[in-house]
Order: sequence, then C-alpha cells, then structure tokens
Amino acid sequence: MTDTPLVIAGKSFTSRFFLGTGKFKNKKDLADSITAGGSQIVTVALRRIDLERHEENILGFVPPHVTLLTNTSGARNAQEAVRIARLAKASGCGNWVKIEVINDSKYLLPDNHETIKATEILSAEGFVVLPYISPDLYAARALVKAGAATVMPLGSFIGSNQGLKTKEFIQVLINEIDLPIVVDAGIGAPSQAAEAMEMGADAVLVNTAVATAQNPAVLARAFALAVEAGRMAYLSGLPLQHSMAKASSPLTGFLYDDIPAN
Amino acid sequence: MNIVINGKSQQLTSSKNLSDIVSAFCKQSKHVITELNGTIVPSDQWAQTNLQDGDALELVTFVGGG
Amino acid sequence: MMTFQQIKNILNDKSHKAVEELAQEAAQLTRQHFGRTISLYGPLYLSNFCSSHCTYCGFHSHNKIQRMKLEPEQYRKEMRFIHAQGIRNILMLTGESYKHTPVSYLKEAALIASEYFQGIALEVHPMETSEYKELFAAGVDGIAVYQETYDRARYAQVHLSGYKKNYDFRYATPYRAAEAGMRQISLGILLGLSNPSQDLFALYQHLRELEKSFPGVEYSVSFPRLRTVKSATLTSGDVDDVQFVKIIALTRLLFPRVGINLSTREEPKLRDHLLEIGITRMSAGSNTSVGGYTLLEEKYQDPQFDIKDERSVDEIVKLLKAKNFDPVFTDWRHIENSL
Repeated sequence: MTDTPLVIAGKSFTSRFFLGTGKFKNKKDLADSITAGGSQIVTVALRRIDLERHEENILGFVPPHVTLLTNTSGARNAQEAVRIARLAKASGCGNWVKIEVINDSKYLLPDNHETIKATEILSAEGFVVLPYISPDLYAARALVKAGAATVMPLGSFIGSNQGLKTKEFIQVLINEIDLPIVVDAGIGAPSQAAEAMEMGADAVLVNTAVATAQNPAVLARAFALAVEAGRMAYLSGLPLQHSMAKASSPLTGFLYDDIPAN
Repeated sequence: MNIVINGKSQQLTSSKNLSDIVSAFCKQSKHVITELNGTIVPSDQWAQTNLQDGDALELVTFVGGG
Repeated sequence: MMTFQQIKNILNDKSHKAVEELAQEAAQLTRQHFGRTISLYGPLYLSNFCSSHCTYCGFHSHNKIQRMKLEPEQYRKEMRFIHAQGIRNILMLTGESYKHTPVSYLKEAALIASEYFQGIALEVHPMETSEYKELFAAGVDGIAVYQETYDRARYAQVHLSGYKKNYDFRYATPYRAAEAGMRQISLGILLGLSNPSQDLFALYQHLRELEKSFPGVEYSVSFPRLRTVKSATLTSGDVDDVQFVKIIALTRLLFPRVGINLSTREEPKLRDHLLEIGITRMSAGSNTSVGGYTLLEEKYQDPQFDIKDERSVDEIVKLLKAKNFDPVFTDWRHIENSL
C-alpha cells in the first residue's frame, strides 16, 4: 500500500521524518544522519557569526535537495521571531520558517500567543510558516486562521526524550485540525515516533535523540523506518481499541427475550 | 571610525563598504546575512552601502538548530 | 472515525454478544458525559401546510388531510397546556411552507413561546442565514433539520416535489443555522428509507465536518424509524430493534458528547431500555397533530406519525426517577440572545 506524499505549501515530500541539526558533535555526523534518515526537511537556526572562530558553514553539510526550515530560536516574542525570519529570508535560502518563541529558560515551553502573532505577520509576508506550540486546540485553530502551513505540537519538553506526554492533546489536534500535524520535541526513541504516526500524525521532527546518540546515523535510519512503519499502520486502519467495559447488569437481553431457542 | 559589529566595538582605519567588511571579518561571504542599524541589507547592495561612525552591524549566518 | 466497512460490519453482526458489548460501552460513556440526566421536551405542531411531497410523511402535499395553521390565540392555548404538564423545552414544528408559515409567523410564535418556555427549537423548512438570525434574535436557540437520507438517488425518489427536493440546500442548513448563532442543532436520518450503514456513515461525516466548522454548537442526533401513519405503513422499514440499539450505541461511542434523541415513535418498552444505553433527550406527553393538545378531538386529528409511547409527562418523570434518572426540564435560561 503506497502512501500519498506529505504536501506542505504545495511542495511534496516522501519522507515524514524531519531532522533538527542542533547539538551534533560534529558536522560529519550531521551529514551522515541526514543521508541515513532520508530527511527532506531539516531545521537550522540563525546566529551571529563568530568572528574569532570562523566555523564551517553548516549549510555545506546539508544536501541541496533538502528543504531548509529556519528556526526562530532565540526569539522571546513575536517581533523577535519576525526579525529572525526576515533575516533568514534575506539569505536567499528559502522562506520556510519554524516559529519557535520561548521566553522560559526553565522548561523551554513555547509561547502560543506570541507564536500566533508571528504567524499572522509572516504568513502575510509570504513565508511558509510552521509554528511550534504546546498542543492547544484554540491556538491551533487560530494558527489555521493566521495562515500557518502546518501545526507542530510538542510531544514533551525539548530535549527530554520523554515521548508523547501530550498524546491525548495531540490526538485532538489530529482529529480537529485540517493542516498537517508534525509532532515536534520530546521524541526520544523510534517507538515513540511510530506511536505518533500510528495516531495519525503527518510527520515528526526529531533532534536531540539523534544528535546525542552514540551513532547518530544509525539512529536516524531507525527513526526513518519507525516513521514509515507507524504511517503504514495508520493507513492500514488499526482496529479500534475498545476499553472493555466492565459488564454490569446486561442491557440488551430484552432484544432476544422473544426469540425461540433453537 | 568606530562601528559595532555583533555587539562588539571595532575600530576601522578607513571608510569601508559592507562588501569590504564581510570579506574582512567573515571566512566566506556565502550565506552571510547583514543587518545594518536594524535594517536588512541584501548582498547585492553590500558594495554600495557605506558605513559611518557609530553604525551597528549584525552579521549572522546559519548554524545547527532544532 | 470509522470507515464505512467497519460500520457495516458492526451493524451486520447480529450476535447477542456483539450488541451487548457495544451497549455496555455506550452506557459507560453516556454516564461519564451526561451522568444520568435526561432532557425532556415537548413537540408543538403549529401548521401542517406543506408544499413538499415526501412519500413517507403524513403531512405531504399530496395527502388529503385537513390543513390547519394555528393563529397566536390558538397556539397560546396549546402552549399553556404543554407548560402546565411541566415542559419547559418546546420544539415547534410546521410543514414546509414559506407561504403559510413564513419567518414573520415563526418569529411571532417564538416570542410568544418565550413566555412559557426556556428552550425554543424549530423543526421547519430550511431557511437562509439572515432568517435564522432573525429567529435567533426572537428567542429561538435550536434548529432540527434531518437530511432523512444521504443517498442522493433515494433522496430524489422520496422527495418528489417542493423545496425539500433540494438536497444541497438542506444539507447546508445546519451550517447556516450555526452561522446565525443557533446554539443547538439536531441532525438525523429516517431509518428504513435507505441503507442504514450508508446513511449512518454519511450522517457521521456531516456531523464531523460541522463539529470542526462550528465547535461551539451543541449537537444532537435523532434516528426516527419509519412508522405507520393512522396505521397505514408508508414504506417498508427494515431496521430491526437489534440494529436500532447498535446504531444508538455506536453513535455514543463515536460521539461521546453528542445528544441522542428518542421520539415517541418508539414503543415504551424499547424507550425504557434505551435510556440506559445512550439516549439523552426524549419527548413526553406528545401529540403530533396540529391543535392536538387542546383544540381538536382525537378523531379529527391528523398526526404526522403515529405515537407509540402515549405516556404523560408525569408518567415519564415517574419512570425516570424509578430508574434513577434525573429528568431535566431546563438546562439554561435566556438572559439575552447575542452572538
């Protein structure tokens, strides 16, 4: 059974495994992970050039066919996110932006409210906006209205590898929001990625787990396989999982009372 | 003249344009994005953009991120 | 959301075990989301003038019945009677006639109804958004509009003439009503008209899309089964009790918070059993003829359908309490209708 491609802003993708490029020990690991995982969308961030150190340009390690998603990390409010997005666009490397607005150094939770504001502004300027939020139905609806291209709810705290702590809330978004839902943050193992896809998520974004693995490229491939497996399971129509209700007194005996036993 | 680049004060011996600055301070100009006094300056305008005393310049580029 | 095949399989599985499991789960979900409350309402037929010829209905345009339309003093009498029974939610019905029961008539009825009732719903011809807005401002907060069947070919077969023939206009009605601010919207299919699995699947899709577009509306569904009118069967109804129970239970499973309504078309015994399984709204002390409560003797009445459950409101309340249910006459009171 073949899947339909993931379509975001009119662009088709066959991979539903997005990779973040932060926290890698070295750039070679990153390049190998992108290749091994087959990711077609990767996130990058924007920072002041370190004038003393002359680091190698990260984009040199990202294959040319891969879509760059610039993260507005560092932004503490909508205005800062907008500024970062505009800077990224000026590079000529595309106008896809992941809005990440965090004014919280304890939990790194995103500010849904500021994210909505940034989405409105940037979407009006023609950016392809992928906003990162705490899964909240009202925020997601507002993002749809604001012109977002996807909604990216967090699974658990950034870097925690705790998996889908927000599972039920992500499910609500999958059920009610007609944009692609990309589960982002907290996915620590391929099984968790598969779980997200089985629920009906459209894609997952993983960073910390791969970057900090002993063998990032191998784990990247494992994630890719898990995402595919989860997606196939979803498409196959998993049987409905009933909670088996504890039988109290029978409720439907009356339907069969008059039927002669034979 | 004095300008601030990436938050740090720099002394310039003579008047320069943005193209010169990028060549002087960055390893390579590819994927360098410049913001002068809060306004983004596209790379095709670097040569025509002259710096003045007291200017604040941001030189940013892509790095790894989640 | 279930696939059509899954729904079909469930409805076709006749085993007692299957229906019992489904019923148990539905019962549990209903208790979780509704407690043991049953919302009570009474129908009031204002007019049986109808311009549509629907083969299954006692009021259809080609049926030779005494056509009647109540004037304010007349329906006031009916309303007083219903109010005296304890009913505080009224469902006002008319045949489909823009000519005989235009918006102005309905508005007046709503304004007068608000002297007696807190919840005012209409089951009349589909209207435009602007008209629903007027009605909402006049105190109507609920609309019932059943597609009857979602099978276009079958729909065309049973709706031979008149406004009701327009499938798409009817289908979009709940959207227009919601747009206008209506707080309660009731959908339904007439079981027995067409393939129940297909209609159920289509009804669920209709409801899902509405939920996404207008999440703040309180939705409910009805599953009237084709019945006799003055003991004449109109079309063959072939949804048996087992399937009926399954349909209600399945609906509860898939839409845990949607109201499920049961009219007096059904026998008392079945109604009572279904209370445990998932229904949350029922009519009581009903009369489905125009003027049937106070104005016309029974032999002169032309009901829309034959009532099987003739228990009075008092009897229903007694029954509910005996079964540890909580009869609810009013859910809310109007302060002011505003969007």
